[in-house]
Amino acid sequence: MHEMSLAEGIVQLLEDQAKTQDFQRVKQVWLSIGELAGVEAEALEFCLDVVSRDTLADGARFHFVRQPGTGWCLACSQSVAIHARFDACPLCGKHQVQVTGGDEMRVSELEVE
Amino acid sequence: MCTVCGCSKGNVKIEGRAPGGVKFPYRSHHAHAHEHGHSHDHDHDHDHDQHHVHAHPAPAIPAGRAAEHQPALSQQAGGAALHYGQGAAHAHAPGLSQARMVKIEQDILSKNDGYAAQNRQWLRDRGIFALNLVSSPGSGKTTLLAETIRQLGHDTLVYVVEGDQQTSNDAERIRAAGAPAIQINTGKGCHLDAHMVGQALEQLNPADDSLLLIENVGNLVCPAAFDLGEAHKVAILSVTEGEDKPLKYPDMFAAADVMLLTKIDLLRHLDFDVDVCIANARRVNPKIKVLQLSSKSGDGMDLWIDWLLLEMNDAQLVKQREVARLRQQIAALEQQLQERS
Repeated sequence: MHEMSLAEGIVQLLEDQAKTQDFQRVKQVWLSIGELAGVEAEALEFCLDVVSRDTLADGARFHFVRQPGTGWCLACSQSVAIHARFDACPLCGKHQVQVTGGDEMRVSELEVE
Repeated sequence: MCTVCGCSKGNVKIEGRAPGGVKFPYRSHHAHAHEHGHSHDHDHDHDHDQHHVHAHPAPAIPAGRAAEHQPALSQQAGGAALHYGQGAAHAHAPGLSQARMVKIEQDILSKNDGYAAQNRQWLRDRGIFALNLVSSPGSGKTTLLAETIRQLGHDTLVYVVEGDQQTSNDAERIRAAGAPAIQINTGKGCHLDAHMVGQALEQLNPADDSLLLIENVGNLVCPAAFDLGEAHKVAILSVTEGEDKPLKYPDMFAAADVMLLTKIDLLRHLDFDVDVCIANARRVNPKIKVLQLSSKSGDGMDLWIDWLLLEMNDAQLVKQREVARLRQQIAALEQQLQERS
């Protein structure tokens, strides 16, 4: 997907945070990327490297923390692990699973100075 | 212009605005190093648990890059202790570390979502029902829009925002069908974002109680993630495409509330299995509403038009209730004022 836009969004977010939290440099960034978020970590990493040059995050290290996909199976009435949006419920095999987690993409933590 | 993402100043164009006049919030700090021939030869030594440390041994580096790569390596290695907060390597005063951790937990799309929330409120205040129409190129979005405008007739005010990489052909087709339209050219961009749409709304200035149709860039991938402030995303799939498209592009069909199966007049010439297609869409999104229609033969258009009018009516009611509530508040405040004087 549009990883370049996301990378720009991340750098923008860091710059906004720099103003409110008063820091000049970002050294490490922990990104929480859900399994179902539709984001390729490698593509995003490549884009981040390009976009962050000459910004406060120049040379920063980006860590990707994968969040597992979870869904609620309407047939089983319970939470199950899924690896794609159209996965069948691993318990009953029906396709009545609604995504409840693992579709988020967040900047969770920064190391700054 | 950047060959990686196509970004450059003045790349996004909204009709009626000077090319440089489009503010682009995501790209304002765009200092990325286009002039560097190498933009990825850094050595992230992936110390998160699921990855091995690979500090790219020198022989693996292409000869041309070796010189510039080496300093980066040593710099990274030297800074490693600091990166982990295990010492005060860069601190100027003894015992004081300048590095600190900040927990922010912010959604990466929060900037876009903020603009989308503004758009949604703006539309809600005016009783405008807005749809974000998404599909692959060539599914017949613009034809469907033109036909929808014709069938709704003069009694219904329809406004259209057209998103395409280049040309204002689509906006011209919509205007010819009788609705005010504004074209957004995204340049090399693959989707509309909420900020572009907000600016287009200012320009288009749709009337209260109207219908706003946003035709996104023909792309089943990227527009899924970008909320524009619409009431619903509507995924359009023509029967000349594959039945398995909802499975191939699950994010889009999961994000959409409605799927329109178009060009059904062609079904008799094709092997397309409508039931399989709908089943596939429901596998990705059990709640998706499906309508089948043909802009050309008119089949199924009545159900689509009825649904639009019904939803428009709901949006108008929301506005009317809000106006009535505000009037009551004013009356109550005036009552209080009178009691004091």
